[in-house]
Amino acid sequence: MKYIKYILVGFIFGIVLTKAEAVSWYRIYEMFQFQSFHMYGIIMTAIAVGVIGVQIIKKQQLKDIEGKPIEIQDKEKGSARYWIGGVLFGLGWAMVGACPGPIFIMLGAGFISVGLILIGAVLGTFLYGVLKDKLPH
Amino acid sequence: MEFITHTWHWSVAGFLIAAIMLTLNYFGKVFGMSSNLRSLCSMTGVGKKVPFFDWDWKSQRWNLAVVLGAMLGGYVAVHFLSDASNVALNPKTIEQLAAMGIDAPNGKLLPDALFGNQIFESPKMILILLGGGLLIGFGSRYAGGCTSGHAIAGMSNLQIPSLKAVIGFFVGGLIMAHFILPLLF
Repeated sequence: MKYIKYILVGFIFGIVLTKAEAVSWYRIYEMFQFQSFHMYGIIMTAIAVGVIGVQIIKKQQLKDIEGKPIEIQDKEKGSARYWIGGVLFGLGWAMVGACPGPIFIMLGAGFISVGLILIGAVLGTFLYGVLKDKLPH
Repeated sequence: MEFITHTWHWSVAGFLIAAIMLTLNYFGKVFGMSSNLRSLCSMTGVGKKVPFFDWDWKSQRWNLAVVLGAMLGGYVAVHFLSDASNVALNPKTIEQLAAMGIDAPNGKLLPDALFGNQIFESPKMILILLGGGLLIGFGSRYAGGCTSGHAIAGMSNLQIPSLKAVIGFFVGGLIMAHFILPLLF
């Protein structure tokens, strides 16, 4: 039962990304061709609202649902992993027009072929786990 | 109902995505979709052989619940909240796609040329989808996050590593969209 609230958050996430068409291969293609502001608007609005929200959480030292102070950890320092990993991710994102959230959302919507992307993504994650110690981070 | 079935305005969607991230913060969690791929690997028991997958993935079951919800949300949105007016692209984009042999949306979220069930008969298309997925899985774990974990959550927390990753996302995306996709189609 403790998972119900997470399913609900995910449910809204799935509807928002679908209705904003952020799950659409077309919208990703259009974004990378600079032929629409739509996707940029979504990302920039989310960041702007997110920055304000996170600042409020930190300044007001807000507590979470269990009464513990909300801690948002900093990302690990580093460069190579972010640049190289980022570029590889971007190549895949534009190739099949989906990032991890939308992969699951479109699979749930019934697009069986998206299952191939998911299989690839799980294999890619596995491959990283195997090669991790040999890669620059 | 039109305001639901029509394409949602970017400002509404952006606001709601941030609200979702902040709600997860309120639940004491962090927004990030790609770590679920690591959990899926770990569930197979491969952690016995590969240390990266030997971690407490059960503590991340809440995130798998988010995924389950997202799949249900996608089902409901596509089957009950869609409209023929959806995915109204820039006419120039549609022209470019036609030149590559990719069908126009006409309300569809995904092109048949890439995602119709006939692609299962095309080794080339199967390899494109698997290969794209491979890059997404490998790249997001290498970079420690994807569009949700870095572009939304990391940037909202003003993280320089996330900025590097997001610049990487766009460099990779632009290379693919402008130089590689035209070779593939």
